[in-house]
Amino acid sequence: MTLLDDFLIRATLAGIGLVLAAAPLGCFVVWRRMAYFGDATAHAAILGVALALAFQLSIFGGVLVVSLLMAVTVSTLSSRGYAMDTLLGVLAHSALAFGLVAVSFLHGVRVDLMAYLFGDILAVGRGDLVVIWGGAALVLGLMWWRWSALLTATINPDLAYAAGIDPRREQLVLTVALAVVVAVAIKVVGALLIAAMLIIPAATARPFASTPERMVLAAACIGALSVAGGLQVSLYWDTPTGPSIVCVVALLFAVSSGAQMLLRGARG
Amino acid sequence: MSGLSIRLGGVTVLRAVDFFIDPGEIVTIVGPNGSGKSTLLRAIIGALRPDSGMVTRAAGLRIGYVPQKLHIDPTLPLTVRRFLDLPVRVDEAAARTALEEAGAGALAGRQMARLSGGQFQRVLLARALLSKPDLLILDEATQGLDQPGSAAFYRKVAEVRDKLGCAVLMVSHELHVVMAASDRVICLNGHVCCEGKPEHVASAPEYRALFGTGTQGALALYRHEHSHTHDREAAE
Repeated sequence: MTLLDDFLIRATLAGIGLVLAAAPLGCFVVWRRMAYFGDATAHAAILGVALALAFQLSIFGGVLVVSLLMAVTVSTLSSRGYAMDTLLGVLAHSALAFGLVAVSFLHGVRVDLMAYLFGDILAVGRGDLVVIWGGAALVLGLMWWRWSALLTATINPDLAYAAGIDPRREQLVLTVALAVVVAVAIKVVGALLIAAMLIIPAATARPFASTPERMVLAAACIGALSVAGGLQVSLYWDTPTGPSIVCVVALLFAVSSGAQMLLRGARG
Repeated sequence: MSGLSIRLGGVTVLRAVDFFIDPGEIVTIVGPNGSGKSTLLRAIIGALRPDSGMVTRAAGLRIGYVPQKLHIDPTLPLTVRRFLDLPVRVDEAAARTALEEAGAGALAGRQMARLSGGQFQRVLLARALLSKPDLLILDEATQGLDQPGSAAFYRKVAEVRDKLGCAVLMVSHELHVVMAASDRVICLNGHVCCEGKPEHVASAPEYRALFGTGTQGALALYRHEHSHTHDREAAE
């Protein structure tokens, strides 16, 4: 296991575990226009961190439970027809604010808040790797199992009903998967940038894909590329690693959008 | 379906509706906007739970559903061929047959988001046919098609019924086009106003109260008299 002794190898593996899980889920977030939903769930993670530290539970467990509660709340309210963008704006930022205030109450524990807001991928240990890859496997398994039903429900809920699929159940599957990805990602890119790792690789992949499956595959490749690139950038210029990864994927998005516009111009 | 009532957002949309459809029958539901046509269809496919009454489906009933309109988000890359594989993968030959039956033979490789209105509806029909449905449900399936386009579409539907022997349940505004192809017409306005053979319904006073007496399918303005009596015999 000498390979895993290298912090850079561990960081790379952690990042790739995250992007593998984020690729299919991120595509659904884009297709279903749930970007803010991802944000709200991710921001609630800070509250999960505070609770986990206060009750001396595992960070992963605390984040998972709070994110899950947040995701289920949002998903329930959305089906009742609330004005979603306002509601999500309220929930996302108040969860973050309450989380930050809760962390400040913790005495005796020295909390590096930055590590939870922006991730600390270079400090990933072997235990973290197990959690990250376990979570990723769980999400990928869920997506694989429900893939067709999820796609059908995403295209049109009534089409799903007519085929004997309950779209509300599929929504719940996505909700659970989202909470797991948030819990996995908090160590890698932190609560503030999780939504970026969900949405940007998927959006970057869109112009190159003709089927949903290819879009997921391309999103995973783009995500992996940005993890590798971001780590190198971070080492070379001594920049924070999580944000560096997001910067790389954002640049890839800019290139992909530019290419798409050029292609369209050439066709039109 | 018997004694079905559905409330949506505090408003009773359907009141004590009895409905049945026999194997191989073509039934058309007509009614003004907001009369509960789509609500009735959504109750049949199981998307809405009735507040009272019940929906009974034959055991193992396969439903092919063509929704009113389907928005495919442009962020979702989806070829016509891949769309046919939802939710169950189908083999190449079955997909080709279904596309040809629906008159969409050349579209397999196209992106769903780039189809024209008529092409889109034909692809939806092809997908509905793939499940070998016992009951084909079409909700305003020709919305956005011009007159020849929708006439062609309904001819297609009648052909499909003759070939597969499935029952067809349609909702439509285009009364004159649809009624000719129907075995039975149900006039709906929150409740069943009248029903029967197309020519019976067209001459029924309840139908005239809803759609006026215009010939050639020209619609009069909607003036529904709620004081009218529900003389179902008139339509039978």
